[in-house]
Amino acid sequence: MWPLIGIGVIITGFAARVNPLIVIIAAALATGIAAHQSPLAIIATFGKAYNESRYVSIVWLILPVIGLLEREGLQERARMLVGRVRAATAGRLLVVYLALRQVTAALGLLSLFGHAQTVRPLIAPMAEGAAETRLGGLSEKSRMLIRAYAASADNVGAFFGEDIFLAVGSILLIKGFLQQLGILVAPLSLSLWAIPSALLAFVIHGVRLWRLDAKLTRQSKDEAR
Amino acid sequence: MIGLEQVYWLIGMMFIAIAVQSWRDRSHRKWLGNTAFWGLLGISFLFGTIIGSLANGILVLALVALAGSGATGLGSIRTTSAVARDARARRHGNWLFGPALLIPVIAIIGTFMLGRIQLWGFPLADPKETTLIALALGIAIALIAAMLWLRPSLHAPIEEARRLSDTIGWAAVLPQMLAALGAVFAVCGVGQAVGQIATTWLPLSHPLAAVAAYCIGMAFFTSVMGNAFAAFPVMTAAIGVPLIVEKFGGDPAIMGTIGMLSGFCGTLTTPMAANFNIVPAALLELPDRNGVIKVQIPTAIALLIGNIALMSFLVFRF
Repeated sequence: MWPLIGIGVIITGFAARVNPLIVIIAAALATGIAAHQSPLAIIATFGKAYNESRYVSIVWLILPVIGLLEREGLQERARMLVGRVRAATAGRLLVVYLALRQVTAALGLLSLFGHAQTVRPLIAPMAEGAAETRLGGLSEKSRMLIRAYAASADNVGAFFGEDIFLAVGSILLIKGFLQQLGILVAPLSLSLWAIPSALLAFVIHGVRLWRLDAKLTRQSKDEAR
Repeated sequence: MIGLEQVYWLIGMMFIAIAVQSWRDRSHRKWLGNTAFWGLLGISFLFGTIIGSLANGILVLALVALAGSGATGLGSIRTTSAVARDARARRHGNWLFGPALLIPVIAIIGTFMLGRIQLWGFPLADPKETTLIALALGIAIALIAAMLWLRPSLHAPIEEARRLSDTIGWAAVLPQMLAALGAVFAVCGVGQAVGQIATTWLPLSHPLAAVAAYCIGMAFFTSVMGNAFAAFPVMTAAIGVPLIVEKFGGDPAIMGTIGMLSGFCGTLTTPMAANFNIVPAALLELPDRNGVIKVQIPTAIALLIGNIALMSFLVFRF
């Protein structure tokens, strides 16, 4: 049971708002020592896995392009574009993005959109622009709320769309692990059974995004008072 | 053959260039910490494959020491003012979206085409990694197109990348750190220990109780580990297969899929899933690092209840 001490370190560290990098290293060392490993072996295991997961950081390659376009006014342009469309509101726009994200993820195009690729340069400014036009100005608090909701639309769409695609990592993991236990399942049936939860996710989060507009109106009235 | 390694070289060169710009930016007091942090990250991408596990581990310790001691921070960046951006946005018009849209278009085409292109009988790109290579290719072409069109100084893209990377700061390496922690947990048998506790303490005599325990366990364990992939083998071996499938006769495909999606509900609620929850908060410059998680929690709870209901209804019927 002693290796569980690492989980304790994580929970305490995050709750105490210590820098997460320090919490993670402390948790790795505590877990390793509890499992009777030498500190050097733990550091080597950690370094190896860190190095092998470099692929998650490929997205940072986008920073020079996005930065350059932002320098030339990309976010401002995104705001202007949406500000002109009467029917556009922050909530409606994010519902559309949620649907788009879910459908493209279901087609296997997971890296098409993302926080660095689309949310920061396009979706968040568009949603802010739409709310700004409708409410005539935005408080800092409302602006941050819109951004957080924009990120949430991306996450929910990606998580609950990707499993409908056959060749995604999680489907292969389910198939592979059940196979180890002697149970054969077809990847297609796994994908199909992801559809009910995907629809439910769209309804639940879609309704919450839709209600964002009312929430923003309330916030701006409260602040005006 | 072009593989991920060549993409890593590009990223490594980008971070080295950011480090050089940080080195030259003496106007603020964290210039040295920033130079060291981005420089080490560059070294990790350029040479990580050849320096060995222990050296990589020591490099990570150095990154943690720099970020944890507060030696890094936002540099003073030469960029355009808000007024200038507004004027340029009007002048460039909607063409500004062009390079940004070029990335996904090339990424899609590349994903389907790259694996098929052969030179002298060898594949041009690693067929297993076409998606990520195509994404990198799309980014490179978009950058070249934007440079040719906008004609900024050659420093501009790196200086702008530094603006964004300084904004993200240490959160940029958090996803890789958590993946590495997962590996240490796996080596030390943390998963089995959690599984043992789950089976010892949870009431599992009724089929619906087993379903609820499995789904809630997936969500909870995922939020602790930050990754549904780590939770799935443990919970499925402990509860899913022995109880839901073998004892109560449930369908393994439905159990597995909805179980995994219950885990994803946990992903929405945890700072451990850094690339989905903490990195965006940094990227969007939210003052509260848990700002994204806070708006996701109600959806996660409602969806977990929904998944339990769906599995209870479907798993024993098919």
